[in-house]
Amino acid sequence: MTSAIGFSGVSRHYGDVKAVDNLNLDIAEGEFFAMLGPSGSGKTTSLRLIAGFERPTAGEIRIFGQVAQGIPPYKRNVNTVFQDYALFPHLNVRDNVAYGLMIAGTPKRQRQKSADEALGMVALGGYGDRKPSELSGGQRQRVALARALVNKPKALLLDEPLGALDLKLREQMQEELKTLQRSLGITFIFVTHDQGEALSMADRVAVFNNGQIVQIGAPEDIYYRPKTPFVADFVGSSNVLPPEFMNGLVGKSSYGAVRPEAVRLAEQGQSALVRSVSFLGAATRVTMDIGNVPMTMLMPKGAAVPKAGETVTVDWAAEDLHVMAPA
Amino acid sequence: MSSSVDTQARGFLTSLSDTLWRKPGLLVFLLILPPALWLGIIYLGSLFALLAQSFFSIDEFTGIIQYELTFKTYAELFRPSNFDIIIRTVVMSAAVTIAAAIIGFPVAYYAARYARGKWKALFYLGVMMPLWSSYLVKVYSWKLILAKEGILNWLFETLHLGWLLNAYLSIPIIGGNSLSVSATGTFLVFLYVWLPFMILPVQAALERVPQSMLEASGDLGAHPAQTFRHVLLPLALPGVIAGSIFTFSLTLGDYIIPQIVGSSRRFIGQAVYAYQGTAGNIPLAAAFAVVPILLMAVYLWIAKRQGAFDAL
Repeated sequence: MTSAIGFSGVSRHYGDVKAVDNLNLDIAEGEFFAMLGPSGSGKTTSLRLIAGFERPTAGEIRIFGQVAQGIPPYKRNVNTVFQDYALFPHLNVRDNVAYGLMIAGTPKRQRQKSADEALGMVALGGYGDRKPSELSGGQRQRVALARALVNKPKALLLDEPLGALDLKLREQMQEELKTLQRSLGITFIFVTHDQGEALSMADRVAVFNNGQIVQIGAPEDIYYRPKTPFVADFVGSSNVLPPEFMNGLVGKSSYGAVRPEAVRLAEQGQSALVRSVSFLGAATRVTMDIGNVPMTMLMPKGAAVPKAGETVTVDWAAEDLHVMAPA
Repeated sequence: MSSSVDTQARGFLTSLSDTLWRKPGLLVFLLILPPALWLGIIYLGSLFALLAQSFFSIDEFTGIIQYELTFKTYAELFRPSNFDIIIRTVVMSAAVTIAAAIIGFPVAYYAARYARGKWKALFYLGVMMPLWSSYLVKVYSWKLILAKEGILNWLFETLHLGWLLNAYLSIPIIGGNSLSVSATGTFLVFLYVWLPFMILPVQAALERVPQSMLEASGDLGAHPAQTFRHVLLPLALPGVIAGSIFTFSLTLGDYIIPQIVGSSRRFIGQAVYAYQGTAGNIPLAAAFAVVPILLMAVYLWIAKRQGAFDAL
């Protein structure tokens, strides 16, 4: 497996602020890679470092084996889909998509044909003569995608591309992006703060926090075997169990995590005080306290739901309790 | 039985605002009425009165205005002495506009994309401050700067470049005895006085271009010069056009600057001033005054045809 993007010891500091700090990362060619983290965690800065909009203050970035140091964005073989799409308002949709080809000197007829093909690929055939301002958010997003892909980049960088879309459209685009990536076989690097999006689309996920990668791995790994309390909490809101509690439970002083859907009412187990109950549609969420440890339980439809203020007994299967390495 | 959600009857102002809320059209009508009257009667009315004058003519022997519709006065504009005035003014306006755009763009670009906080305030101060002082004072101080005994001449002499300035001044049309009595001097003062009117609209236009748009252009392979040509300039063009409307039309109509700084060759403004005053030839003055209006109309029409407003 050849490396598409490699970070070794890369930092981007703004004075005292460490936007990206000593990052090591290897993204394989053809991989769908997600950078996941809360805002300000350094994921977008990392993407901008690959595109060349930011320069590292330390370390080395390699793009398909080539050291990126000193190479400006316009000479890099990667293309970006921007969060705000950044479509050119003075050009129509076709000319927007053909922009990269126009710059590359492709003859007019040929580049317009390629642009129309790219628009067809994102299901916007026949929209070429419209102005970006005449399109909906989802359509603009597709134009931005076509504009990047028409240049046949070796890697596509996507900066929260679905953030501005409504839920339904977002889910549809997730499917389409995934299909597109499979059929084109190019490397996708996807920045998002939405853990569901990262887990459902990516081959591998890097979880960012405070300018560093706290865990990197397959979605199942991240989800079921979080390495730190931050990952457990951020990726899918696991119940994080503190070391003192775990000591009493398994005799080991390290953090533990239990997924809300693994928690269930039981005859024997931990006694918990129900604080609130919220109906979510497909499930019901019950928040409670086991002593001073907060715990969330997801109950499937049809189960008998306790009331706030009640004391219940909860438990979980031993294999559902994930024990993290000692801090 | 009818029931109402309006629980109380209140005073006159409340019922007035209730009425206006129910009839938004009435509110707009009332708001627009005074400015419409002003614009229609005083502003445009005087303009049409002027236009009407240009279709009358003056009797060359008696000097009395003959109130008969004729194009005779317009034909007079094409007499070589008058037509020269028009050409001179248009060339000067175009030169001032182009120079203002070339000088103003980088200033506006810096202010829009790089200046922050204190520097931005300093920029606004620097651009606006000249507008706070009297226009006449500025023109006279330029006369002093450009005069033979002025600081510019002194600077050239001190640098032993006096010969260069003299060589330049010996060029016909743009030269003269000193800068203060040359067309170049007039150009410099026009450029100075109207420059803020170019910088501010361009800066406003550039400020509206998001950073990501320039990054997107670079990302798609365009080097900075191409990004400027294909993205920044088209998006800034409405601002440049807005600025050029100011610099071009203000230069077209001005009669004070060329009177104080410059050669004795006249501009349209001076011609209007002279014909309506001492010469008493109101029709010809009016015909001259129509020229800038027509020129601006043609200019805007061409700008629109060229797609200058597509990015609006």
